[in-house]
Amino acid sequence: MTTLPEKTDRKLGLVIDLDTCVGCHACVVSCKGWNTENYGAPLSDQDPYGADPTGTFLNRVHSYEVQPEEGAAQLIHFPKSCLHCEDAPCVTVCPTGASYKRTEDGIVLVNETDCIGCGLCAWACPYGAREMDAAEGVMKKCTLCVDRIYNDNLPEVDQVPACVRTCPAGARHFGDLGDPDSEVSQLVAERGGMDLMPEQGTKPVNQYLPPRPKDELDRTAAPEDSEIDVLAPYLNPVADSPKGFLGWLDKTLEKL
Amino acid sequence: MHPAPSVIIFTTLSGLGFGLLFWLGLGFPAVTGWTAFAFFAIAYALAVGGLLASTFHLGHPERAIKAFTQWRSSWLSREACTSVAALVVMGLYGAGLVFFGERWALLGWIGAALSLLTVYTTSMIYAQMKTVPRWQTPLTPVLFLTLAITGGAILSGEVTAALVLLLLAAVVQVIWWQRGDGALAGSGTNLATATGLGKPGQVRAFEPPHTGTNYLLREFVHVVGRKHAMKLRLIALVLGYALPFALLALPFNHVFALLAVLSHLTGIAASRWLFFAEAEHVVGLYYGKR
Repeated sequence: MTTLPEKTDRKLGLVIDLDTCVGCHACVVSCKGWNTENYGAPLSDQDPYGADPTGTFLNRVHSYEVQPEEGAAQLIHFPKSCLHCEDAPCVTVCPTGASYKRTEDGIVLVNETDCIGCGLCAWACPYGAREMDAAEGVMKKCTLCVDRIYNDNLPEVDQVPACVRTCPAGARHFGDLGDPDSEVSQLVAERGGMDLMPEQGTKPVNQYLPPRPKDELDRTAAPEDSEIDVLAPYLNPVADSPKGFLGWLDKTLEKL
Repeated sequence: MHPAPSVIIFTTLSGLGFGLLFWLGLGFPAVTGWTAFAFFAIAYALAVGGLLASTFHLGHPERAIKAFTQWRSSWLSREACTSVAALVVMGLYGAGLVFFGERWALLGWIGAALSLLTVYTTSMIYAQMKTVPRWQTPLTPVLFLTLAITGGAILSGEVTAALVLLLLAAVVQVIWWQRGDGALAGSGTNLATATGLGKPGQVRAFEPPHTGTNYLLREFVHVVGRKHAMKLRLIALVLGYALPFALLALPFNHVFALLAVLSHLTGIAASRWLFFAEAEHVVGLYYGKR
């Protein structure tokens, strides 16, 4: 059934710290690495070593420049994958029932043997979280590494999504966002976690932590700040006009 | 949005086909025997041809039967169900006209209603998309339904109705375009809400996630054709509405009627191409595009 569950027992999801992400794309690589050889169809590439390479990814890292009113611009690296929305528009549009949201943990999944590859779910997703695999003709999306997080064959430390496990900056956190006492929920509360495109009404489970204010070393000191540039007068240029031959040349050329 | 030929052909032809079935169901023109057969053959060729074209863009058309299951939630599934229901009911009604010379009026009315319902479900697939503000308006079903009824009137030779409907459809078309041009800006979704980074300052897409293209850019960010949008709108207005109107307003002649149909079909195909090519999906914002 592609109707959404009234409520889910848990809300498993990611918290992504835009302050900490260094834009290394390690999460992109580990995601592709894990998911191309585990749950469902592989994530194919087309013309991977040629002139026009493309491929299926479940996680991509954008970079944005933010220019404040005053001060230097900031570069924000912005990983984006499925947000496992509570009100997931991708699920209800599915004509075959291939897309569904799990009642037990809220993960949005695609049953690939039911998917006809119509692409409508990707149309309905405002975040670009779903990509049709060009080789398999079925819709691929983040599974929250459902085949890792419940996998008792893996050491406990590995029972988190591949992107979270691999992030060298600690910018990705995994947990139950439905439980207000969970570490991720507390992190969100503490740092003012936010929804992407809240006006779309999708109620995303994944949360983004905004970048913290940067220090202001880039600001030049105001002239009245004599404490700072006490030696500045001594560093002023001594000669404001050239002397000697150059001075003569300068004057002569001015006259011409 | 990528203007996929299969979807343009599908919505244009099947809209026209179900439009003709609507008129036939109401008993216009009142035909029986071989004449009825010809009318029904044209309507089915258009409606079924369009539906078949739509399966070409599926990754797995062999599983299409599963698309009949989710009518409770999915407009695409509803479209599959209503289109088959309309074709079956109109098939029985048509058989009565062709083979028995009998008009089973009730069946015809039900078939006509189902034909319109099919066009409505098609339009709702687009009109439900909050991600494409240009489409998300009740005007989209109004446009699709008006065009289907208008095309059906031209094909069924209901000249007076066709003339009135062509004027009406042209007005709806222009209003739809007008509204659409401000839809993305008016939707409240922009790069600041998409990234949540609007508070610290002005956001600009600095670097995309990859140097090449991807499925999202191919499917949702179509910029090339928009350059000629105004010219194409004019072509759509002239071929789709003005020229058929002029041809039908002249004393009736089968050649003129055929030309009116072909001109209308071409114009509506151009309009439908724009329907996709001009539509901005909000995911483009993440790439600094629209």
